[in-house]
Amino acid sequence: MTSLPQREPGAKKLGLVIDLDTCVGCHACAVNCKEWNTGGHYAPLPDHNPYQDQPDGVWFNRIHSYETEERTVNFPRSCLHCETPQCVTVCPTGASYKRAEDGIVLVNTDLCIGCKLCSWACPYGAREFDEDNGVMKKCTLCIDRIYNESLPEAEREPACVATCPSRARHFGDLADPESKVSKLVAERGGADLMPELGYGPVNKYLPPRKRKIAAPPLQSACGEAKPGMNRLLALVDKVLSR
Amino acid sequence: MAEDHIDYSAPIGDTATTTTCYMCACRCGIKVHLKDGVIRYIEGNRDHPVNRGVLCGKGSAGIMTQYSPAKLRKPLKRVGERGAGEFVEIEWEEAMQIAISLLAEIRRTDPKKLAFYTGRDQSQALTGYFAQMFGTMNFAAHGGFCSVNMAAAGLYSLGGAFWEFGEPDWEQAKLFLLFGVAEDHDSNPIKLGLAKLKERGAKIVSINPVRTGYSAIADEHVPITPGTDGLFVMALIHCLLEAGKIDADFLIRYTNAHYLVVEAPGAADHGLFARDAEGKPLAFDRKAEALADATAPGIAPALLGEYELPDGRRARPAFALLAERYLDPEYAPEAVAERCGLQPETIRRLAAEIAEIAFNQPVVLDQPWIDTAGRRHETMIGRPVAMHGMRGISAHSNGFHTCRAIHVLQMLIGAVDTPGSWRYKSPYPKPILPGPPPAGRRHLPDGSLPGGLLGFPRGPEDLLVDEDGEALRLDRAFSWEAPLGIHGMMHMAIAEAYKADRYEIDTLFLYMANMAWNSAMNPGETNRMLTEKRENGEYRIRNVIYADAYYSETVAYADLVLPDTTYLERYDCISLLDRPIGSAHGPADAIRHPVIKPDRDVRPFQDVLIELAGQLKLPNFVDGGGRPLYKDYPDYIMRHERRPGVGPLAGWRGEDGEAAGKGAPNPDQISRYIENGGFWRMHLPREQLYFKHANKAYLEGAVSMGFIESSDQIVLSLYSEPMQKFRLAAEGHGGVVPPERLRARILSGFDPLPIWYQPLEQGQVDRQRFPLFAITQRPMAMYHSWGGQNEWLRQINSENRLYVHRGTAAALGVADEDWVWVESRNGRLKCQIRLMDGVNPNTVWTWNAIGKRSGAWALAPDAPESKRGFLLNHLISEYLPGERHSNSDPVTGQAAWFDLNVSISRAGAGEAETAPHFETLPLPPNFPKAPTSIQFGASPLRKPVPETAS
Repeated sequence: MTSLPQREPGAKKLGLVIDLDTCVGCHACAVNCKEWNTGGHYAPLPDHNPYQDQPDGVWFNRIHSYETEERTVNFPRSCLHCETPQCVTVCPTGASYKRAEDGIVLVNTDLCIGCKLCSWACPYGAREFDEDNGVMKKCTLCIDRIYNESLPEAEREPACVATCPSRARHFGDLADPESKVSKLVAERGGADLMPELGYGPVNKYLPPRKRKIAAPPLQSACGEAKPGMNRLLALVDKVLSR
Repeated sequence: MAEDHIDYSAPIGDTATTTTCYMCACRCGIKVHLKDGVIRYIEGNRDHPVNRGVLCGKGSAGIMTQYSPAKLRKPLKRVGERGAGEFVEIEWEEAMQIAISLLAEIRRTDPKKLAFYTGRDQSQALTGYFAQMFGTMNFAAHGGFCSVNMAAAGLYSLGGAFWEFGEPDWEQAKLFLLFGVAEDHDSNPIKLGLAKLKERGAKIVSINPVRTGYSAIADEHVPITPGTDGLFVMALIHCLLEAGKIDADFLIRYTNAHYLVVEAPGAADHGLFARDAEGKPLAFDRKAEALADATAPGIAPALLGEYELPDGRRARPAFALLAERYLDPEYAPEAVAERCGLQPETIRRLAAEIAEIAFNQPVVLDQPWIDTAGRRHETMIGRPVAMHGMRGISAHSNGFHTCRAIHVLQMLIGAVDTPGSWRYKSPYPKPILPGPPPAGRRHLPDGSLPGGLLGFPRGPEDLLVDEDGEALRLDRAFSWEAPLGIHGMMHMAIAEAYKADRYEIDTLFLYMANMAWNSAMNPGETNRMLTEKRENGEYRIRNVIYADAYYSETVAYADLVLPDTTYLERYDCISLLDRPIGSAHGPADAIRHPVIKPDRDVRPFQDVLIELAGQLKLPNFVDGGGRPLYKDYPDYIMRHERRPGVGPLAGWRGEDGEAAGKGAPNPDQISRYIENGGFWRMHLPREQLYFKHANKAYLEGAVSMGFIESSDQIVLSLYSEPMQKFRLAAEGHGGVVPPERLRARILSGFDPLPIWYQPLEQGQVDRQRFPLFAITQRPMAMYHSWGGQNEWLRQINSENRLYVHRGTAAALGVADEDWVWVESRNGRLKCQIRLMDGVNPNTVWTWNAIGKRSGAWALAPDAPESKRGFLLNHLISEYLPGERHSNSDPVTGQAAWFDLNVSISRAGAGEAETAPHFETLPLPPNFPKAPTSIQFGASPLRKPVPETAS
């Protein structure tokens, strides 16, 4: 079984903060993730029956929509890069590992034997098996983008974050309380997904909000002899100049 | 532990090219990365004004549309029966000869026998011009079944419109009302905007029968009954009037609210504006206590009251008529709420919130500006209530008036192009009306028509009707059946060509419009019309030419197929002459240019059209010696001038490339666009950003750029005088009057103030039998159906369900995933249902355009798109029950897709397959066999489809 690294003081905890208040469920992040990663570190992300019945493929990010009592919630799901991920500790070969320096959970595909123990262990369903190549794959937080010196600095963020049209996805260091993402979590009450399981997901979800406008009720003219006209007359009695 | 090998800094690809996306109609900027000649990655262009770097799921899936096995490969000639999909490949030379000989004969004999209809092609500045020079008025594009109610209501009221010609002030709005927007129209700009509103804590209210997508994240969802939005808006107006919460200053300065309307029932000018000897509209000046030029600055015009005109007749300010109408108890929330499926308190509370934000929380910008009267204002005061509407308003037969009602609401609270409200996208506003009337009645000696085909009728005199008042155009746009049919009526073209009761169409020429499938009302019937023969063995619609890049369902119904290129293989021009990408911040336009070379024997349709025009020697496509003027589309884009100095692209004009808007053609223009990321934009100075309809500096600038002809104030039409002109004609006034059978409909439908009426179909079907409303939405990842055949996107949606409210389903005794029959007055279909809570209980809905015909789009015959996907279109008819009237808005001819009424009943045991199910289409010759697995991106990059024939 694979052990987790000792977290060094000052080490980063890179992750995503996903705003359920603004996610419209458009799948932009999922498709752009697919597009980037099928030619990226874990290339390819195979597809089966692409033009036939039961089309299916490897995706690192999937979107679910469900209804609560008051609203419809769109919920993007990908690896949460847990602090104590069981998908790593169950790995018999050391292929599944958590990086000490930034906390990203990866699979070394050279060591992966395709036993799928990790996908059974992950309660979030965030691992994707590449049947064609017999190895497990998963979200890398776009490790080939976030440190990529051939990209302008502003573009060194995960593809899902860069492409999100409703700006519902944020990337940063959740170990740094001063980072944009940590502040968002603090301000908006960012929450863990299924915290009771104890895996300490790094990614956080921001809950939906409901804006309200406090407005005094409009005066209703019900009961007046000529409903409404009186107030209107008062209004236009102020001589207005064009 | 063996070290993992990570290449942290691999370059994305070998090259990166910026161009414009075409996976939907948004026109986002994209950056396309190639590696070893294959597309590695498509991302949003961060510098682009439309999408600022973001990209939707569909845009990101452009790779898979590019490498789709459904791409047409070579021109095709039909060899079997039409509709059977039996073709042989032919050379382009032969294809062009066939097209030219057909078109030349039509042009020589009777040009209107060519019906040229195009989809959402974004090249109407060329296609419309081709039709005009050819001399046929029978041209239109997609707008007539999409958004013409919004366009016409907006252009006739504000000189701008929702979506294409306007946008909410995302930076300043505090309350945003979203009417009938089904997760699209438009896509990325609205999502970016919603994010901005959320960031600032603005409140979003979505008025929509369905709570998904944008409605899901709204702070308040108003689950309105389809087709009743107009009533809802009029009730809001009622509440605001009742409380005196209107912006009277805005009304008298910027609208025609104070114009006096002649009150002389029976007279030829009843309901028109009273005018002085010079034709200027009159108002009653309360300072001078006399009639005055209503447009004169400084007068104190009355908004209420009744006044005597010099000829002794009476007249009332337009506003007084409006106030009288909407203050009537019939528009009180208590009177309308039940029909809207809402609570009256909700309507009253929303009216109070509108008033609170508009009047107690205005946005005041410290920005001086000068109005058209030359007066300097020290600040810009805005009413930060923004509105946007689209399909849910537009796709009803009462949509024009409903959209006008929203615009009237905007005007009443002073929320038009002010900080925080809805704003014009440059090059709008345009004068009301924005252009000349539609051409078509007479030809010039060279055979062309003297003006644009989709113009703007000012009144009955501009209609395209014969002496009996019957339609001249094939689709009946601009006739008494759809007087303001300013986008044409593409949904009627095939049905009317089939009927041929006025004249026969020789050739139906379609481009990028899936008219035999998801763009047809009643596809089965459309297929029959396209294939039925006359007694002499000829098809009723003699010839069908179709241009498309993909093997869509319509291909099988063509006699000649002209294969187009993809959006990554050709030049395009998103032109100020058509629908540009301008924003409230300034004008902008864009191009596409080839990123990769086609690997098939296909040609850009625009090149083909220009070659056809040259060979046919159409005016302005050939020189004096009859030689073609343009080599290809990019040559046309750069050298064509619609008016001196005004061409398809506004940027980098003039010989030195320094002019914007107007200037001589520049042979380096396209290179300059490419250098700039594929687009051109101009930032308006801060003092021109609001009040554009009355902003002197803005309007003068717009004139110098060639956007408009005059810098006069654009007076917003609270009261629509052209509407009344049509109504007067229905009373028998004037030389052009409607046929008897249409008079009542024109009289009631052409009210100069917004009205609400029950959507037409609802009044004509048995509502006991068909009690549910049925509508469609688009899945966001498949906004706009073209390009939907895509191996990634179909993993998200490859089949659709009919969504039913949980309570409604319980009452009907149907359960989640049950197979049901859905029946309308037009037929029935079988599908599966899914239950949900977030939908108006009287409404059922489904995703649009997921259902495909078996075999089309190179999908396997048993693909879920044809087995478990379905089109609601099968239940809709082009015609109203028992009548010759089209199933359209009677003002604009907008296709009334959402007027549908249905019933649901559980289907008996049977095949788990949607019905109707059409015969499987065979693949065209030499199509590749679609792969059963794909490892796209495996190193070295492999295309997903072998490009050689199987």
